Amino acid sequence: MNGDPATTSMPIDLAFTIFVLAILCGIAVISKVPATLHTPLMSGANSIHGIVLVGAMIVAVAADNPVSYLLCFLAVAFASLNVVGGYVVTDRMLQMFRRKPTAPKADKAED
Amino acid sequence: MELTPLDAVVRLSWLAAAVAFVIGLSRMNSPATARNGNLVSAGGMVLAIGATAVWLLIKPPTGSFNPIGWAIIVAGVAVGGGYGLYSARTVKMTAMPQLVSLFNAVGGGAAALIAIDEYLRHAGSVPGLQENVATVLDIAIGSVTFTGSLIASGKLMGLKITPAKPVMIPGGRIVTALLALIVVAGSLFLFLGNYNVAVMLAILAAALVFGVTMTLPIGGADMPVVISLLNSFTGTAVAMAGFVLNNPVLIIAGALVGASGAILTKLMADAMNRSILNIMLGGFGSGDAVAGAVAGPGGSVREVSMDDAAIQLAYASSVIVVPGYGLAVAQAQHGVRELAELLESRGVTVSYAIHPVAGRMPGHMNVLLAEANVPYPQLKEMDDINPEFDRCDVALVIGANDVTNPAARRPGSPVSGMPILDVDHAKNIIVMKRSMGRGYAGIDNELYTNPKTGMLFADAKQGLADLISAVKAL
Repeated sequence: MNGDPATTSMPIDLAFTIFVLAILCGIAVISKVPATLHTPLMSGANSIHGIVLVGAMIVAVAADNPVSYLLCFLAVAFASLNVVGGYVVTDRMLQMFRRKPTAPKADKAED
Repeated sequence: MELTPLDAVVRLSWLAAAVAFVIGLSRMNSPATARNGNLVSAGGMVLAIGATAVWLLIKPPTGSFNPIGWAIIVAGVAVGGGYGLYSARTVKMTAMPQLVSLFNAVGGGAAALIAIDEYLRHAGSVPGLQENVATVLDIAIGSVTFTGSLIASGKLMGLKITPAKPVMIPGGRIVTALLALIVVAGSLFLFLGNYNVAVMLAILAAALVFGVTMTLPIGGADMPVVISLLNSFTGTAVAMAGFVLNNPVLIIAGALVGASGAILTKLMADAMNRSILNIMLGGFGSGDAVAGAVAGPGGSVREVSMDDAAIQLAYASSVIVVPGYGLAVAQAQHGVRELAELLESRGVTVSYAIHPVAGRMPGHMNVLLAEANVPYPQLKEMDDINPEFDRCDVALVIGANDVTNPAARRPGSPVSGMPILDVDHAKNIIVMKRSMGRGYAGIDNELYTNPKTGMLFADAKQGLADLISAVKAL
């Protein structure tokens, strides 16, 4: 067995440890997000699971039959839609959150 | 096990991506840093994908360059990425929930496809139990979330085949239970060390249909919970794909999203005072609440004229606006911001009280108001704003109903125990509403018969425009 990142088998206990610790990390980080940002949070988290594109690429380069070609194409296309759409739409949402109105109104700014 | 420098660089890039995801999520804790956080997260994603591409090019796992495989990758990225870019740029903010739901569906679908492809490649040899479990879970969860999110997306779009109102299939629960049984039985059969493509396909088919029958009976107002839950499922499916491929970054990213979705699901369910199970089984108040003790519309309703409402608002020192989804349906977000600016220019303090489930996904109302240029410091969460109602002169309720019903504080009503905005604590209350129609819970709102409440019967958009001119005329 060589050191290929994709083919080297990770011991299951190690993989499971990573899984559980990442869940705890996620809970710790996300519990602090205010309700105001819950939609961008969900959309941002949504983009993160677009990382599945890495997995789709790994299986696609090993595809060697028509069924596999189809499955891999769909996987790559779905994952790309997830990644690109997710980050762009999250960015669009977040740029709307402003401390002060952008309209040139010289009213007294509160806070 | 030897690690070439290239392998090491790829692995460290994946680690860096995982770190970027965590930093990106943690920067979401304030609107001031959130946009930057999203960029950090995107940077990590680009790094992980780029490193993977370079590594697959230099050191193909099959030993030689696979032109068809690469053609598939390039075509897939072009098609998927192109459509993603287009839809993300053009979507209206009110249509955000269905797009996020669509992205969620394809993420889960991709995870399931990877597992199916890996499984077919074994061709006869039984995968080890670990891989077997991960593969089956990936296929099952990924498929449920794929069809489930598509149905949710269709419901949010208001498609005819997927109406927003709960769809009750005769014997639907039995069918759903049977499907679940097929998935469980098939999984156990495969776990026992059998390699059987037909069984895998049966699990796949049952899981796909399960996603449909699970989501169809759920009503539109419960969508924030469902979307959060499906988001959590996708994260889990991606983590399972990570187990199948032995890929740590997939495991970490999937776990982060799974946790995020789970937290939001819990928050949303708590905000509606319903258990997740109760929501998934469909129908409002079918569980604990008893309809018998609901107090009827005890008092009479007082109507207030546009001019009176304008005077109350203009001469108040503090006003709290309570927007509900009805406001977004009427496309009146800009109107409300205009009114608020007008009042502020007269020295009135204005803030917005946002209930956690206002909208069709968690936090949706905040995005809609932010789009209408409302400064985010004015957007107040329920727990922060509730004590403020005691000091507020006028509470202006637009398009919100059940979340303001004081009946929730007593037992015996379908909304009992649901956290509400303490609108009835305000000195004066103006409710802008088209008619005396009931909210999602199907009960009368006691706020409307409160002696402090004046009803302003108008469509939100037109009503706000009239209110603005009435205030200007003062």
